[in-house]
Parts: sequence; C-alpha cells; structure tokens
Amino acid sequence: MDEKYKNEFGAFAPRPQVEKKFYNGKYIFAGLIVFLAMVALPFLPNVGKTIPPPVRQLDTPVIQKIAEKDRQCIMPTEWMRANHMQMLIDWRDNVVRTNEKGAPNGRYFKAPDGQKFLASLTNTCMECHSNKEKFCDQCHNYVAVAPNCWGCHLTEGKKLAEAK
Amino acid sequence: MLEKALVGTKRYYMLLAILMGIFALGFLFYLRQLQVGLSITGMGRDVSWGFYIAQFTYLVGVAASAVMVVLPYYLHNYKAFGRVTILGEFLAVAAVTMCVTFVLVDMGRPDRVMNVFKYPTPNSVMFWDIIVLNGYLLLNIVIGWNVLECERHSVAPPKWIKFLSYVSIPWAVSIHTVTAFLYAGLPGRGYWLTAIMAPRFLSSAFAAGPSLLILLCLLVRKYTKFDPGKEQIQSLAKVVTYATLINVFFFFCEVFTVFYSQIPDHMLHFQYLFAGLAGKSRLVPFMWFSIVGMTVTAILLTNPKLRRNENTLAMLCGMVILTTWIDKGLGLMTGGFVPNPMEKVTEYAPTIPEALITIGVWALGFLVLTLLYKVAVSIKEELKA
Amino acid sequence: MGIDRREFIRIAGLSTLLGLGGKGAFELLRPGQVEASMAAKPAAEGVVRWAMVVNMRKMDDDTAKKCAAACHRVHNVPNFAQPKDPKDALPPDIVNRYEVKWIWPEHFHNAFPGEEHPHMPEQMKNLPFLLLCNHCDNPPCVRVCPTKATFRREDGIVNMDMHRCIGCRFCMAGCPFGARSFNWKDPRPYITDTYPGYPTREIGMVEKCTFCAERLAQNMMPACVEASSGALVFGDLNDERSQVRATLKRYFSIRRKVHLGTNPQVYYIV
Repeated sequence: MDEKYKNEFGAFAPRPQVEKKFYNGKYIFAGLIVFLAMVALPFLPNVGKTIPPPVRQLDTPVIQKIAEKDRQCIMPTEWMRANHMQMLIDWRDNVVRTNEKGAPNGRYFKAPDGQKFLASLTNTCMECHSNKEKFCDQCHNYVAVAPNCWGCHLTEGKKLAEAK
Repeated sequence: MLEKALVGTKRYYMLLAILMGIFALGFLFYLRQLQVGLSITGMGRDVSWGFYIAQFTYLVGVAASAVMVVLPYYLHNYKAFGRVTILGEFLAVAAVTMCVTFVLVDMGRPDRVMNVFKYPTPNSVMFWDIIVLNGYLLLNIVIGWNVLECERHSVAPPKWIKFLSYVSIPWAVSIHTVTAFLYAGLPGRGYWLTAIMAPRFLSSAFAAGPSLLILLCLLVRKYTKFDPGKEQIQSLAKVVTYATLINVFFFFCEVFTVFYSQIPDHMLHFQYLFAGLAGKSRLVPFMWFSIVGMTVTAILLTNPKLRRNENTLAMLCGMVILTTWIDKGLGLMTGGFVPNPMEKVTEYAPTIPEALITIGVWALGFLVLTLLYKVAVSIKEELKA
Repeated sequence: MGIDRREFIRIAGLSTLLGLGGKGAFELLRPGQVEASMAAKPAAEGVVRWAMVVNMRKMDDDTAKKCAAACHRVHNVPNFAQPKDPKDALPPDIVNRYEVKWIWPEHFHNAFPGEEHPHMPEQMKNLPFLLLCNHCDNPPCVRVCPTKATFRREDGIVNMDMHRCIGCRFCMAGCPFGARSFNWKDPRPYITDTYPGYPTREIGMVEKCTFCAERLAQNMMPACVEASSGALVFGDLNDERSQVRATLKRYFSIRRKVHLGTNPQVYYIV
C-alpha cells in the first residue's frame, strides 16, 4: 500500500500512525455495567417468580342472588374488560360536566338493550362488584396499573351502606 | 461546546457538588411534599400562595432583565455589550428554569400538569404565562447557544438568529407583563388591583436583574481569565440606577393613589404591611427595611463616585436585590392575601421544609447557571488565548 | 357569536375610526356584555337559573350550624378539629389554615366588609350570615382557571371538576368571597362519619359549594336548604312563580360585594 493516501486533489501527508487498541476501556465497560444494572433494577425483584394470572371473582352477595343465566354486566364481559376504563372516564365527564355549554350530558348510561343505569362507579359498579380486592385490584396489580379512582370514590355505595 | 462544562478545576467540581447536594436535599423534601400534600408548607386557605410563587414572580423579573443587555446591543448597536449579552441570556435561561420549577413545585397536582395543554383556556392568564415563559426559555437557549458557537468559530451568526434576538426583546417585556396580569386582574384583591402593577414589575426587574448580572460579572472576572469589562459593568450600573429610581417613584405613585383616595379595600393591605393590622405585624420590619433601603440605595446610586468604585457598587447592587426581593416576593404575595376577603387577618410564614425546597430550586437554577457560564467563559478564554 | 373576519375588520376599523375605544368597541362586538356583568341576565324561555335567598329574619345560630353541618355531612367535608384517630390531632392555628368549608356562618362586618356602621341594630351585628359560593353570573374563578376545571353551567351553577383540577389555586386568589378551599392535607382521617353518597377528596385540589348539583339532578333540594327550616330559599330565578322570586319580590335584599361586577346569586334579606 501507498505510504501516502490520495484523494482527487492529490497526495496528502502520511497516514497518522495510531496504535490499534481499545482506548478508555475501563471507563467504557464500567459505564456499561452501571447502565445495564440500572436498566435491570426494576426486573430484579420478580426474577424467578411466577405470578398467577388473575381469576375472575364473582362471588359477591349481590351477584350470587342473581340467577346464573341472568348474570350479565351492563355490557358484554369481553367489551367491559377492554373498555371499562374509557367508559368510566366518559361517565365521569358526562356526570360532572352536565349542563356545561356544549358538553355531553347525562347521569345515566343506556345499555344497548335499553336498560338504564346510574352512571356511578360507587353506586352502580361497586354494588355488584363489592369485592374490590379480588375483582379490581387483582387484575390491576397483574398488569401493573394503579388507577387512583379510590383516592376519592368510596368502595361502598349508598344502597349497600343503608342495607347494613 | 457542552464538553467545556465537563472539565474544570477542582474548585469548579466542588461548586457543582455543593449545588447538587443542596438540590438533592430540596428534592427529598419535595418527595415528602408529594406524599403529604402542600400541608408541608406554611400556606393555608387565606394565604394560598406563598414562598414558591413569590420566588417565581421575582425570578421572572430576573429573566426579563436580560433584555437590558440585549436591547442596547441589537437595537442601538452598543458594541460593548457584545461581551456580556451571553451572560445575560444564560442568566435568563437559569432564571426561567427556576420559574418553571417553582410553578411545578407549587402545584397541588403536578401529575395533572398536562391538563393545561389538554384543555387550553385562553381566558386564563396562567395559560398565557406558561406559553410566554416556555417560549422565552427556548428563545434564550437557541440565541445564546448559537451566538456563542458562531463566536467560537469566528463567523457571523446567521440572519435568523438576529431576527430571533429582535423577537426576544418584546418577548422579555411580555413575560413580566403577563406575570403581573396574573395578579392585576383579580377583582377582590385590592393590593394587586392596580394598573401600575406591570410597570412596577418591570422597573423592579430592570433594577434587580442587572444588579445580579453585575455581581456575576464581578465574580466571573475574579475567578476566571475572562473580564466582562469595566465599561460594561458601568453601563449596567446606570441601568440599575435609573430602574431603581423609577421603581421607588412607582411605589410612591401607588401609595398616593391608595391613601389619598382612602378606599379601605386598597388601604388595608398597605396598613397590614407597613403598620400591622389587628395586632398582627410580622412583615412590618421587613417592609420598612425594603422601602427605606431601596430609596436610600437609589439615591446613593445616583452618586457617580459610589457607582464607579466597584466595591460600593457591589454592595449597592446587593441592596437592590435584597430590597426588591422583599417588596416583590414576600410583600406582594402575603400583602395581597392579608386581610382576606372577610377582612380577617391570618399571617403567613414559610415552614422549614418549604424553605428547603425553595433553596433546592435555587440550587438547581445556580447549577444550570454555573454549567452555562462555564461553557461561555471557557469559550471566551479560548478566544483570548 | 357568528362573526367573520371581514366583519371583524369592519367593526374594528370603525370603532378605531370613531375613537370608540374601550366600551365602544366592546358594545359593537358583544353587545350587552358590559351590562351583563352588572345586572342579572334576562330570563330566557325554559332556561333554569338557580339562586338562593338567605332570609336573615329566620336565621339564628342554631339554624346556621344545622345548615353547615348538613352540607358538610353529605359532602364528606373534613373537620380538621375532629380527627378519627386522636393521634392525628392538630393545633388550632393549623386547623384554621387547612380548613375546608362549603358553607359557614360569619358576622355582618365580615360578610359585608365596609357596610357596617356603629348605629345599626345591635342584633344584626351578631347574626350568623351564612356564606357560601355565590355562583356568580360573571365568575372570576372560571375566568382564571387554566384548565376549565371550574366552569359555569347553563343553569348558573359554578361547578368544580375535581378530576381535572391541577391545584394551582388561581381560583382561590380570584374569588373575592373566600368561598374556595384547598385540600392541603389528606381529608379522610378527618371525616368521622363518611357519607356513602358522595366521594371524598385527595390532596391537592380545590373544592367549594356546588349548590348540591348532585341532589338537584335527583330533584332534591340542596342539603343546607332542607336543614334550614325555611331560612334558606332555593329555586329557579327565571321562573316567576318560584319561591325565590316571590321572596325577592316581597323583601328587600342585599348581595355581597356587588360593586365587583361578579353578579353574585346568593341574596340576603336583612
């Protein structure tokens, strides 16, 4: 090979002789290790554990009273599983912002079969699903979401409280 | 250019470590605040804004004052300020960073802060304040960084930078005007309900900001090989002198209207601040110190001998910073809320965690300032060498 | 407001030309807006406008206390002076700072500062004037809120969306009546008797009286009105036959700080 390297303008100075070796290796690898450790940190507590998938728990007094074939949420179960969060947000906006100019109105939810329900987490949902730990939390914990509904909303509705 | 911030003397690293330590301490207390709520502070239902918003208001002024070096340089072609514009712009960046952090720290629900953009509400002054503050932050980062980079490579800055510099001048005025409008448009708060609020904010900003810049210039000269220049400091001193005088004048305009008209809604707040109300007078000594100190400082500043001596100048600048801070921070916030709409008097004092969080935010601001100044000064030193 | 660009330019140009700054331009663009903030809005057919009358002739300390207690019970308003667990007890000045109140009694000179004079009836000075959100027609709190978390409903109620509030407390500075409270501290340990029909609150949001929007939706009167044995009258101001209209027609009434132009909708018969 030529001692001088060329381009279209002609010959240049000799190629600089730089020793071929890995520079600053210890800093680079130390940094990489620290980085990987930090990335892995959140996963470490769960290593080797199997977390059982949530099981639907419907054994609350209100649901047990309903005949097996009539046990139906306000919407089909599959739909509820996928969309309950958006539905609750819609309910919330409809109820709280009732009568605001241009806002959607209504304190009631009309199911496709025509049945009307009070749009209320505490007084409608939690009335049947009074087993919050088993019904709500189990699944939320499994998928690691932490909705803050219960920071304000109570787990026991008016009807249940009065029944007691 | 950022690499310049990574290498420095031992003293530089020490400064960074100290600032980071203070910031970390404040952050720990902020985590506590997130947990237990704003009950960690001294605020309450009557004085519902306190130390955090006071610092925010004051620092918006410091940020806006960058215009006092940018304007003479770009509009009047005052070449001497070319050397310090970068210091002014980077000071603005650090100040706005602190402002935004203070607003965030003051929020009851910082987790929902994005609601401001999700539900934009142009009839709220807060909405505009967020826009102008973030815009100003961006402007100063872009302008400062690009001008410095061009200076380093000895090329003229691109045309669009010049355009942005022109934009930044009215923008600087707008940030403090909009901040004043946060207060000046509220019907039930006599202390704030004054058309001279925005002008007063600007005058105290142009007094306090350049004062701080003078002190920073003196520090830069002492500890680095870059000298911001004697002429530059003297020109800034003139700005400080005029602004302080105007600020004192505005204050007395306010006092005249309030006390000659004798409208109780407006007088009661001044009475609380300067004489005490219903036996409560925690702020009285501070307020007197502030207004007497500010007036005396303004008069002393008019004396060219005192101004030319950099030792006395530094002392006077310190006084301007302190007295305007008491007036615009402490007094403005508490004075506006006391007495409350039922004309009852509840006093306010920050708690220790609140003060530590506040100092933590200041440390964050000075950390940003130190890093940016390190870059700027290193480049200037490099050019000189 | 249907106004296109062309018309805007025309009106803007006209008003500048004629030197009609300020109110003049306002009049052209939004006729009646300036007056609207001063006087009650004209009644529109079929539109409800809720309002309250506090009849001080029927009010005494006991009734006032009952009204406040009824409201605070059904809205789970905490009482920081009464913790569930004695461990959470707070000193009195802190209780005063954290206090959340939707409706509360206040003496005349606090309810109507500047209106008192030394020769007024002694008994009037000590009456418990019930203060609450005035549900203003031109509410400053709505004007300043950066997220529309507080908004004015078409029936006049100024409501709070606590799901949206970011806790900036601009509305507390904006309200000239001190009607707004902030959750400085977690309220749950200070609610002795949790009412299951209404949520509690988390730290960091603002709350206030809502004229019992949730009860009105179920055709119930506000809780304070029910507990007032006739001292509080509530109803539709746009309905000529309503009790509020009849009461206002019969007795002379005053309102708090009318000069501020917020047009408060709580009336006091003195």
